[in-house]
Amino acid sequence: MTETIAFGIGSFVALLSAVYVVRTANLVHAALWLGVTLLATAGLYAMLGASFLAGIQVLLYVGGVMTLMLFAVMITRRHEGLVVPADSTGRTRAAIASVVLFGVLAAAIGATPGLDAPAAAELPAQATTADIGRALVGQHVLAFEVVSFLLLAAVIGAIVIARRRDQEPAAAPVAARATSASEVTP
Amino acid sequence: MMLSHCLLLASALFAVGVYGLLTRRQAVAVLLSIELMANAANLCFIAFGHFRGGATGQTFALFSLAITVAEVAIGLALVILLYRSHGDTKVDLARELRQ
Repeated sequence: MTETIAFGIGSFVALLSAVYVVRTANLVHAALWLGVTLLATAGLYAMLGASFLAGIQVLLYVGGVMTLMLFAVMITRRHEGLVVPADSTGRTRAAIASVVLFGVLAAAIGATPGLDAPAAAELPAQATTADIGRALVGQHVLAFEVVSFLLLAAVIGAIVIARRRDQEPAAAPVAARATSASEVTP
Repeated sequence: MMLSHCLLLASALFAVGVYGLLTRRQAVAVLLSIELMANAANLCFIAFGHFRGGATGQTFALFSLAITVAEVAIGLALVILLYRSHGDTKVDLARELRQ
């Protein structure tokens, strides 16, 4: 009973803040609401017996990804004051599309037989963090290596993409300053 | 709390993410919506892992987290590149792949 109430509160908070992420007019607020969603989901993970994943979620997403997002918002907007506007278009069509998507998914979930088959009392043994570690370096070791390589490639790619192109000595800084000044003046 | 409840919640979160993806025009806001959708997928992995047993669900959720982080790094680099070349981060500004 307590578990059901906690799940209800967690999912309510996650859904409500998710709606705020996509609807709020201020981009900084949207990023902060995403943090609330991720925290609520971390709580749900903990309730689902994945305490390790809940910790990772808080550390990696709320601590790392959200900070990166806020940085990106701050350095890519010439904003006055605290409000960073986030434009939205085509709301009606998007709402219809997402409601239809949810309907299709819910119908698929409802039509799947035996989804809730093992009752809550006879759940299978829960995986511990030690089990996850053994699975990472045992059964899934190839995927683990591939993911680490992918992360390396992504970080190098991000550096290459975001690198400044103006490598010409002496003349480049002046030109850059001139363009930025001409951009700011109007 | 049953498996179908978790899956329904994940579907709702995913649908909200799709709504944001379709409506937002700022590149960072689009990335935030993608994060929502990835989060919903992770919830599915962990729910299946919890109700079906075994460590595979949580291991795959871990892989999914790593891939999402890689995607965020690339996405934010693209946002910075877009800002540098166009002075704004509206996604419809990115019409050509090279400058």
